[in-house]
Amino acid sequence: MAGVWVFAETVDGTPQPIVLELLTKARSLGDTTAISLGPGAKKAAAALGSYGAKKVYVHEDPAFRDVLATPAVDLLARLIEKDNPDIVLFGMTYDGRDVASRLSARLGTALIANATDVSTSDGGFKVINPVFGGSLLVTTVPKAAPPTLVLIRAKAITAEPRDAGPPQVEILTDPVDLSKPVARVLRREKEKASGPRLEDAPIIVSGGRGLGAPENFKMLDELASELGAAVGASRAVVDAGWKPYSFQIGQTGKTVKPSVYIAVGISGAMQHTVGMKGAKAIIAINKDPEAPIFKLADLGVIGDVHKVVPQLIEEIRSRKGK
Amino acid sequence: MNVLVCVKQIPDPNAPGRLDPQTKRLVREGVDLVLDPGDEHAVEAGLQLVEKEGGEVAVISMGPPKALEAIRRALAMGAQRGLLVTDPELENSDALSTARAIAAAIKGQQFDLIICGTESTDGSTGAMPAQLAELLGLPLLSFAKKLEVSDGKAVIDRQTDEGYDVVEAPLPAVVTVTGGINEARYPALRGIMQAKNKEVKQLGLAEIKLNGQAGKAALTQEVVDVAPAEARKAGEVIEDKGEGARRIADYLTQLKVI
Repeated sequence: MAGVWVFAETVDGTPQPIVLELLTKARSLGDTTAISLGPGAKKAAAALGSYGAKKVYVHEDPAFRDVLATPAVDLLARLIEKDNPDIVLFGMTYDGRDVASRLSARLGTALIANATDVSTSDGGFKVINPVFGGSLLVTTVPKAAPPTLVLIRAKAITAEPRDAGPPQVEILTDPVDLSKPVARVLRREKEKASGPRLEDAPIIVSGGRGLGAPENFKMLDELASELGAAVGASRAVVDAGWKPYSFQIGQTGKTVKPSVYIAVGISGAMQHTVGMKGAKAIIAINKDPEAPIFKLADLGVIGDVHKVVPQLIEEIRSRKGK
Repeated sequence: MNVLVCVKQIPDPNAPGRLDPQTKRLVREGVDLVLDPGDEHAVEAGLQLVEKEGGEVAVISMGPPKALEAIRRALAMGAQRGLLVTDPELENSDALSTARAIAAAIKGQQFDLIICGTESTDGSTGAMPAQLAELLGLPLLSFAKKLEVSDGKAVIDRQTDEGYDVVEAPLPAVVTVTGGINEARYPALRGIMQAKNKEVKQLGLAEIKLNGQAGKAALTQEVVDVAPAEARKAGEVIEDKGEGARRIADYLTQLKVI
């Protein structure tokens, strides 16, 4: 059976949601081992087991949390040399991308990014990744010696727990080499957002350039609070500094899969749609009848967002009042 | 302060791209090619640093001979010199081959900082900068939305899902910058004229001595199929004549949201 590894990012002993998605895929491919690093890594092992890990390597050195990529790359390279896994799955996250990329250069292995699916094929693997905003699906097979490193996009796979006993846990204590120059985290800053988290919100109201000015996001906040929704933004308005990056939805931002996605003044560039086209229902308001967002919206309204949105807020209030 | 900026020429991201179904490669014919807009922020970040600290910005690219135009654009913005790695054998290189070619091409040159965009706008792999850092044995400061250099160290604000982390590394280092880091300058006419006389060195595989480690001989992966994805069906599009909001509310009611 193929040796399938998952780079299990955790925060204070809790696996990141993407890790449970990776494990769900991994256990369909072969014998799954999770690599859990940093303070709290051991506490995460039980959860990792319940999503598919038969074995968990744990190393709790704080360097894995406080130093970017290199300690994890050093350790993974050592473990891979020892165990020879066939494939290693990473989340397409900030740290996942840094670690997988460095590791591919260290080992000279194939790195396939932006994947949405992996399957076995003729004793090897094939990897699917969408291009051009998801309009085309590319199938790639590795050519280099194993392991193949695959970066998988968030929410491409639905996480499902399994019935199984606890995983075998192997605690590692070998010293972390910090003699070479490293990138070290000095402090972490959180930008507060009100309402539900974008990643978890059942309804999202999202704004783009068509809003005209940053202060017009206020009406989206109002609409969102009427609906219990989270507020998102396109890359254009984040790059313009109207909203912090934590609001960004799309290729270089968050991938979301809400029940309802309301795009306000968003043209629907591929960079954006790749992050939201998994929504169950899409509603778009835009003054440009040619805007590509109308090609995937379930309901599109060609109109002035400054008229339609306030009217919509009133309409919702009056219906809720009934 | 010597800065190297890695740039890529890509098909105009505002024009819809397509793949050749036979070769499974990007169709370049008849498509405008531009300096990747993400890389303009990297060039700008380099220029702002040397304007403050002194020194020069060099620009490197790997690509077909036409990629010279993307380098010229960076030179027109204010970079001092260019380096183009170009060789028919390097066509269709993956990220690792590109990183190896760039690492080999700059061998022996000293840079305090190597700045890249976080990912190319066309490929979006985002692996090359970290691979380059690994090959050069340098720390990587990734996803910077703010960059400052002092006392032989670089400090960035690194984007996170919740906000940002302040991260520090000693120089030399590799940095990737996001679109939010700055507003890239538009080349002035004077800059465009000056760019024509700036040095751009061209190197082939023979000069960078990468025997079989880059290009076709070293491909780590192969595209075996390209197929259209199941398209989401467009729904109803109406023009707002005063009833748009009501129609949306009706739909939200139908979805049991209100």
